[in-house]
Amino acid sequence: MTGLTHNALWVLVSMLMLGTAAGLVGCFAYWKRQSLMSDALAHAALPGVVIGFAILGFKSLPVMLLGAAASALLGAWAVTAIRAHSRVKEDTAMGIMLSVFFGLGIMLLTMVNRMPGGGQSGLDSFIFGQAAAMVRQDMRTMAAVAAAVLLVVLVSFKEWKLYLFDPAFARGLGMSGRLMEAAYLTLLVVVIVVGIQAVGVILMAALLIIPAVSARYWTNAFGRMLALSALFGGGAGVIGAFVSTLEGGWPTGPFIVIAAAGIFLLSLVFGARKGLLVKAMQRREQMRQLELRAVRKEPLAEREALP
Amino acid sequence: MSYDGWILLTASLVGLACGLVGALLILRRMAMMADAISHSVLLGIVIAYLATRELAGAHMLIGAAAAGLLTAVLVQWLHARGVQQEASIGIVFTTLFAIGVVLIATQVGNAHLDVQHALMGEITFIPWETTRVPWLGEIPEAVLTLLIVLLVVGGLIAAFYKEWKITSFDPALAAALGIPVAFLHYLFMTMISVTAVAAFDAVGAIMVIAMLITPAAAAYLWTDRLSVMLPLSGLFGVLSAFAGYGAAWLLDTSISGSMAFATGVLFLFSFLFSSRHGLAARRLRARAAAGSPES
Amino acid sequence: MEPVLQVRGLHAAYRKNKVLDDVTFEVAPGTLTAIIGPNGAGKSTLLKTMLELHPRLAGEVRFFGTAYRNAKLKVGYVPQRGTVDWDFPTDALDVVLMGLYGRIGWLKRPGRRHRELALEALGKMGMEGFAKRQISELSGGQQQRVFLARALVQDADLYLLDEPLAGVDAATEWAIMEMLKTLRAAGKTVMVVHHDLQTVEDYFDHVLMLNRTVIAHGPTASVFTPENAARTYGGWLRRKEPVTG
Repeated sequence: MTGLTHNALWVLVSMLMLGTAAGLVGCFAYWKRQSLMSDALAHAALPGVVIGFAILGFKSLPVMLLGAAASALLGAWAVTAIRAHSRVKEDTAMGIMLSVFFGLGIMLLTMVNRMPGGGQSGLDSFIFGQAAAMVRQDMRTMAAVAAAVLLVVLVSFKEWKLYLFDPAFARGLGMSGRLMEAAYLTLLVVVIVVGIQAVGVILMAALLIIPAVSARYWTNAFGRMLALSALFGGGAGVIGAFVSTLEGGWPTGPFIVIAAAGIFLLSLVFGARKGLLVKAMQRREQMRQLELRAVRKEPLAEREALP
Repeated sequence: MSYDGWILLTASLVGLACGLVGALLILRRMAMMADAISHSVLLGIVIAYLATRELAGAHMLIGAAAAGLLTAVLVQWLHARGVQQEASIGIVFTTLFAIGVVLIATQVGNAHLDVQHALMGEITFIPWETTRVPWLGEIPEAVLTLLIVLLVVGGLIAAFYKEWKITSFDPALAAALGIPVAFLHYLFMTMISVTAVAAFDAVGAIMVIAMLITPAAAAYLWTDRLSVMLPLSGLFGVLSAFAGYGAAWLLDTSISGSMAFATGVLFLFSFLFSSRHGLAARRLRARAAAGSPES
Repeated sequence: MEPVLQVRGLHAAYRKNKVLDDVTFEVAPGTLTAIIGPNGAGKSTLLKTMLELHPRLAGEVRFFGTAYRNAKLKVGYVPQRGTVDWDFPTDALDVVLMGLYGRIGWLKRPGRRHRELALEALGKMGMEGFAKRQISELSGGQQQRVFLARALVQDADLYLLDEPLAGVDAATEWAIMEMLKTLRAAGKTVMVVHHDLQTVEDYFDHVLMLNRTVIAHGPTASVFTPENAARTYGGWLRRKEPVTG
């Protein structure tokens, strides 16, 4: 790779960190069976981003991210409220929240874009992600956040494992379910909010879902799954971001998703644990075994005593 | 008809068609699947466009139906291989959608099929793209497509009303009675796809979800009869479309976004104030039950 | 007498585990049989596999001497209550009417005659007063009665019920068992996945004891012994045999 600018290098590094963080947190979401909640949260972040810009009148990433987080959390609360206080089911509640918040976001976005000075908002890049639009400061933020997530996950690995796989036992040991739940939600929202500038709200969920599922095809062990998912996420982030910078105006999000999907396909076919190739080989071996052994046929045993 | 008239008609047709399909959709707990299909139809449309180099309604509908079916099939395939249902949906639609966007960004570069339009729709263009139809004369193509889709979807729902009912309520029993559950499932997927693309021009990919799910959820809170829920859902769709258009005009903002938000407002109102299942009514009933002597 | 149900060498798996292993038995007409066994023993899966709601790995199932698809109208199935969405916008009468959908055929609407049959079935379960009641307003026991009415309206010859007495009040339990006995008296055959060992002897004349395979099957009086119960429920732990391929 010749002539990678200093800036481009920074982009790749921060995408590596983001992908890694997303891969890790994505595993948590997977085991909590909340893969699509991350999609809903990402969409819900949009109005917050726009409001964050609109209040200040200029682009300030920390403020916009704060707005995004508040908006996403409000969305999460809305889903639980709908679920708790009406007969509307969870998937419908998520769908409502996702589309209504996003619709509001688009409304506000359009209004801001039509305001004088609105063109500098860079808000459009939040739809599909635009790694090239990120300035050095943004990347530093992203890298720092990703590092923090990594740290939290590594330091409390045992606790997470227990919380995800044996919550009853964990409670018995005195672990606070609510604390873990809050921590999980925080991690999720933080990763989403930091990632949407690069990947966009629509596709952010993909970076959380796809690497985690890909890892499943290689291992059963939680620790290894985390590591692989982080690796795949980071890889997808870097590859996707790199390809998107090859031509001006290309959005980053879709390329990252395609990279992740490519890794997924490879895992699907070649994965050591559940991959199609391995299964095909297993089946062939079984057939061979069956042919070598005559099938033992028991006479229709009179095990039952009929009247 | 006036310019505004066409737009309102288009919006009403979208609300009606989406409301009808949406009612069954939420009862079948397929809101997320509809979300997925709405994203995937983008790929179907792009491929249809690349293959035919024109944005004709018929081709788009076919491309959309194919994309929708593909989505359903792929999700099923992954799920059968042990991937969680939600994760399967997430993988399939994001990948297909991403491919669609990449194709647009890299290959198409055409004023009609730009990404913004695909996402947001542009209902304001609709009255200009007309086509000639016997009896009715010059009408916007989108209106024609929507009318046809509405008739087909409405017809299918009416014709197979009891089959939809039983497969939504108790698929196990339906199968045991000999009703083709799988066929109806995929037929329904096709109906969603076709409705989504018909509404595409008006409200774009993302907002179709709002029109499919939210008015139906609102109707769900007002009635206990499916025969009422269906038309009520359609009515709420139309109301949201009108309200959204009005708000967009007032605030000078995205029409599709406003319509999506309007469905939310309508839902919120239903959630709080529905006489049957709303929050206020529930609280009042709970209080009455607590206060009565037999409790 | 020709058995109403014949199962031979039935094998089935659920996820990765073998849940039915070489299950073989025959059911005579006019019997009221309890299917019992520990959790995960395959009782529900047995019903579902026989009714082709769950894939079978091997084996043969014959209803009234023929394949299931030819005998569908003669078999009434009452699935577990928990599998259904009770918030669905429909009333009790409507639910019972659904039992007739197989008969009514495509594109036709339920007619007056069908409504009368449905009302009659509700009446047999003491629920005719609840015909227009939204199902979410019904208690667990009432819901179960509606489910049973839905099976009755099909006027089948063989009834398969999956845990009909689970979580119902005493009055409903009594009503359901009375109905099942009435069916038997009329010459119908009934098989019930049952969860309560205490009541097997009181309610059922036959018992099928299942723990992945048939441990014992026959008249309750002779087959429902402590030894068989021990073999079915405890004593040995069946190794989970992974299904490959």
